[in-house]
Amino acid sequence: MNLDSKVPSGNIKEKWDKHRFEMKLINPANKRKYKIIVVGTGLAGASATASFGELGYQVETFTYNDSARRAHSIAAQGGINAAKNYPNDADSIWRLFYDTVKGGDFRSREANVYRLAQVSNNIIDQCVGQGVPFAREYGGLLDNRSFGGAQVSRTFYARGQTGQQLLLGAYSALMRQVGAKTVTLHTRKEMMDIVIINGQCRGIITRDLITGKIESHTADAVCLATGGYGNVFFLSTNAQACNVTATYRAYKKGAVFANPCYTQIHPTCIPVSGDHQSKLTLMSESLRNDGRIWVPKNKDDKRPPNQIPEEERDYYLERKYPSFGNLSPRDISSRAAKEVCDDGRGVSSTGYGVYLDFADAINRLGKNVIEERYGNLFEMYERIIGEDPYKTPMMIYPASHYTMGGLWVDYNLMSTIPGLHVLGEANFSDHGANRLGASALMQGLADGYFVIPYTIGHYLASNKFEKVSADHVEFRKAESDTNDKINKMISINGKKTPTQFHRELGKVMWEFVGMGRNEAGLKKALEKIPPIREEFWQNLTVTGEPGDFNIVLEKALRVADFLEFAEVLVWDALERDESCGAHFREEHQYPDGEAMRDDGKFCHVAAWEYQGVGNKPTRHIEPLEFHDVHLAVRSYK
Amino acid sequence: MKLTLHIWRQKSARDKGKFEEHLVDDVSPDMSFLEMLDVLNESLIHQGKEPFAYDHDCREGICGACSLTINGTPHGPEAATTTCQLHMRKFKNGDSIFIEPFRARAFPIIKDLVVDRSAFDRIIQVGGFISVGTNQPQDANALPVSKLKAELAMDAAACIGCGACAAACPNGASMLFVAAKVSQFALLPQGQPERKKRVVAMVEQMEKEGFGGCTNFYECEAVCPKQVSVRFIAMMNRDFLGATLTKE
Repeated sequence: MNLDSKVPSGNIKEKWDKHRFEMKLINPANKRKYKIIVVGTGLAGASATASFGELGYQVETFTYNDSARRAHSIAAQGGINAAKNYPNDADSIWRLFYDTVKGGDFRSREANVYRLAQVSNNIIDQCVGQGVPFAREYGGLLDNRSFGGAQVSRTFYARGQTGQQLLLGAYSALMRQVGAKTVTLHTRKEMMDIVIINGQCRGIITRDLITGKIESHTADAVCLATGGYGNVFFLSTNAQACNVTATYRAYKKGAVFANPCYTQIHPTCIPVSGDHQSKLTLMSESLRNDGRIWVPKNKDDKRPPNQIPEEERDYYLERKYPSFGNLSPRDISSRAAKEVCDDGRGVSSTGYGVYLDFADAINRLGKNVIEERYGNLFEMYERIIGEDPYKTPMMIYPASHYTMGGLWVDYNLMSTIPGLHVLGEANFSDHGANRLGASALMQGLADGYFVIPYTIGHYLASNKFEKVSADHVEFRKAESDTNDKINKMISINGKKTPTQFHRELGKVMWEFVGMGRNEAGLKKALEKIPPIREEFWQNLTVTGEPGDFNIVLEKALRVADFLEFAEVLVWDALERDESCGAHFREEHQYPDGEAMRDDGKFCHVAAWEYQGVGNKPTRHIEPLEFHDVHLAVRSYK
Repeated sequence: MKLTLHIWRQKSARDKGKFEEHLVDDVSPDMSFLEMLDVLNESLIHQGKEPFAYDHDCREGICGACSLTINGTPHGPEAATTTCQLHMRKFKNGDSIFIEPFRARAFPIIKDLVVDRSAFDRIIQVGGFISVGTNQPQDANALPVSKLKAELAMDAAACIGCGACAAACPNGASMLFVAAKVSQFALLPQGQPERKKRVVAMVEQMEKEGFGGCTNFYECEAVCPKQVSVRFIAMMNRDFLGATLTKE
């Protein structure tokens, strides 16, 4: 398979302008003759939908939530990057581009990242125009703050709820188009499959989550904006319903899946408290500015933290990384926490937690300063854990947070299936092996507002579309495949719930494919996943009827896909025999624990092609070429 | 902890519902309320019974999906807290807990604890936006906004659209939800051109959806997990009156 990135020729600064000029256009009066389906209403899906509607296309948009406003983009806290250079600190499009390529450990596609940096400024204008209440200074102008991986202040924010405010902005633009009748919004409908006719993606199959009805929807082009697959680890900072089904079904129909092993683990989350745990809550990383991380020196020290004297504490980050200490990079901090817990020195009831202690900072700065800086976070912590972090050290532990991998797309955001486009976290293109803070919101909105509205027009104008209806044999077949699968699940009548299987899979993934990976562990994961999947299809229980609001069936359908997808992720981690960004192969590290890349062998995108359940997929390569950024060791020292 | 749960069971919008009693033991005080329900649901599935359907998603208090009425109060006993952020340590061993859906005339029940809140989306659809297309706005800093007004707009914009305000109101009014959106835009210069049209359209749609009117009980503010203030209702009423008196 030839993975043609379709990156335009010429100077990187002019590629996007040149491409926009060269792309074919559709006459405004003809746009209404084309129908586009968008799956997902997060930042990418909602912004794309609104933009398509404004242009005059017929749009049908789908979400499994009860409203388009619930998508998990809403939970992003910190902010959104843009190269405005309002603080006059020498920021530029070029610097944002460079920081993002470097942050991704030189595993992203240069031209895509440059375009992302270029349109970042338009995003801020757009959101302000929509009435997003960004933080402001007393002069009335926008305020900025700094974030990890950058030496400039380029992050725009709306308190700790930036994702919420940006999503509500996109949602309002979407709802305006619903009112204008250019967009039909389908809520509580989950995508089950895509349909390909004559080599083109021509629609989707959905399941109505209220009635259970399996339905066909036709279109001239389809956009998946269905988010990431962090829930493959069972516990993550993702919302409960986040799943891999949409992208995985597209993969099974021939779209290749790129870099699935690039999964980001966030170091500061609230730890697991027991088997009942359903999710892990992120605490802003900014806490590490004033908190000191430690565990007891002795394994069996079960005393409350306040009774452990100073000399019996191990401030392991300060000890191992004296120059960076508690502010060591995300991946290093995460792995160090796992190490001390695996050593039996972890805290919290499960032994998987470390202390983040503010006592010194409170003594030095006073309680009121700490309250000003982190008051809302302390409150959130107390609500969940029931302890006052002003008096008792917080407990934290790393958790799965974001997935950089996703369906492979070219410069036009089109997958290897003609007509099937992929936006936001669901695609792979911009973050390489590691995403920087405040860049997820930027990418979702860049794709939806400023890239896909142009590139999809080019696709529609360049191709001919035969008329298809939902009665077409391919739709009928996809519907009956979905029904067969559901009936099979219902008829197993086994003893284990979908959640039990999901938890089992998550344990394997977290242990062997989580923060640190090695050949032996990955091979073990490849042995352990298939038996879980086989048992799923023999011992699953699904109560209730398929033609009803059935939360067990919903979950079973999602878990079934995670059980297949997990293996693709492991294969990718095994074959990428280097460390880069968030993909840490323990065999490949510098003495200080930094990831050691192997540019000679792995300076490429690995994209996997489906070869049947349980069979090793085929690995294809898109070489990465760096003309404008020089490959270097990623260092933050 | 051991608890007696009385949970609303209703097969569909057409069926009649009733409370079902379940005894649960082994409830850990560290569980969230929804995790406690998850554990009950898992055990129901093992017994071959259908679990209780309820809406939830982010479980960090921001998506607005979770929507239970707990012992008569939307989102339960803790102030400024969504159901998903409520933890079992707020209850005592031996407690009886009544769990119902959000109840309001404009929120028909779909199943068990799940209600249809699409009325909120239809209210937004008629005016809860600023009419600005992609790529139309000017530079973000070309329009200064006073910091105080921006902060106040943010207070209003913090609404998560959960519907607790309507569920708590004896009149089933959703004034707090509508006022939050109307006020956010009324406070910002970007919102001025459509200010009058917006408030009239949204209030009319609110009435069409079957929500009641505000008679100053302030129950909405008391249960709002994001502490949206009833002052915004006063702001909206003033805007609405002004808009109807001075039609453009």
